[in-house]
Amino acid sequence: MKNSIKLITAILLVVLISAFTINKTTTSDGYAIGDMATDFKLLNVDGNMVSMSDFEDAKGFIITFTCNTCPYAVAYEDRVIALNDKYAPLGYPVIAIMPNNTDVKPGDNMQSMQARAQEKEFAFPYLLDEGQKIYPQYGATKTPHMFVLEKTGDGNVVRYIGAIDNNYKKASAVTEKYVEDAVDALLAGHDVEKTETKAIGCSIKV
Amino acid sequence: MLKMGMSFQVMYKFNAMKFKVLFIVFLITACHGKQKEKKNIADVITDNENIVSEIKDFELEIYDFNGFEKFLNKKDDKVYVINFWATWCKPCIKELPYFEALNAKYSNQNVEVILVSLDFPHLYETKLKPFIVKNKIASRVIVLDDVDMDNWIPKVSKTWSGSIPATIIYINDSRKFYERSFNFKELESEVKQFLN
Repeated sequence: MKNSIKLITAILLVVLISAFTINKTTTSDGYAIGDMATDFKLLNVDGNMVSMSDFEDAKGFIITFTCNTCPYAVAYEDRVIALNDKYAPLGYPVIAIMPNNTDVKPGDNMQSMQARAQEKEFAFPYLLDEGQKIYPQYGATKTPHMFVLEKTGDGNVVRYIGAIDNNYKKASAVTEKYVEDAVDALLAGHDVEKTETKAIGCSIKV
Repeated sequence: MLKMGMSFQVMYKFNAMKFKVLFIVFLITACHGKQKEKKNIADVITDNENIVSEIKDFELEIYDFNGFEKFLNKKDDKVYVINFWATWCKPCIKELPYFEALNAKYSNQNVEVILVSLDFPHLYETKLKPFIVKNKIASRVIVLDDVDMDNWIPKVSKTWSGSIPATIIYINDSRKFYERSFNFKELESEVKQFLN
């Protein structure tokens, strides 16, 4: 009798402990600052497959999870183009990844992505996260969601996660350019001051 | 036209009591359907004009975060269900009827649903107001207009990444935050936990 009580307590303990550990792992999905970001091989709007490793001369990357259909993503489109214009020549090209399930959002399918890229003359890759395997690893939850990566000998290190700037409504009213500040700091060999910011966005459609 | 009106009603008032009422209304309208079809064009135009003027007269409650914060911190022994949504957010629109149903079913049990719109200000007149009026939203709708998101999002919840739909349920100092969609059952079972 005593033994069986001990056994039950032991089982209960194991269940309790495992319940907590499971909880812990599920809440820490996605990258934190300093983590190594995975490379990918995804289909671009021009029909080619694109990986970060293709950019031999890059010093890092401005990764944006974005799409055609989210009003916030659209509001930031011109600013993403401007980021690439400014930072691709300095070694930080933009790579845009469309994470939505295109069955749920047909307006984000490859054909629509191609049309949008052509219309806005994207000078950067606009990739489809086919099978939605990449965005969960990064921990992107919404569009637009930015990740600034620094290329190091060990891989691409996550240095900034969040919004582009602090005013989605009006580019001219922006007082803090989070992504630019992060890339400028990295280019100057400094630490990024503001490493994470929050912004409203459209949830990624699964 | 009639059918469309019905399905919206059903969507937004989906609870037992109202459903019964609707069924009766349905029976009556079904019986008078033929007569209604004959409704002359002048009446239809008047109906449209009524909706247009109703939309025009509808006044939005708009706050910046400082003004809005009080809705997150009431201590009046009432359960508040605060849902962040926008007309452009499809999963938000999909779950809105469940919040409406919750509000209808539990408003007499000290539960209040507040729908916090994050629509773009330039679409208040053309999108938000028509949406509220045409869908006869009965829950209180307030509008949050504050671009300094990095400042206010963590004040709503430290765990919020910023995607919507998102919901807070709280009573006094006890609260829970959800960055997810709900169906009615899930929403109801969450609220019940606050109703003991």
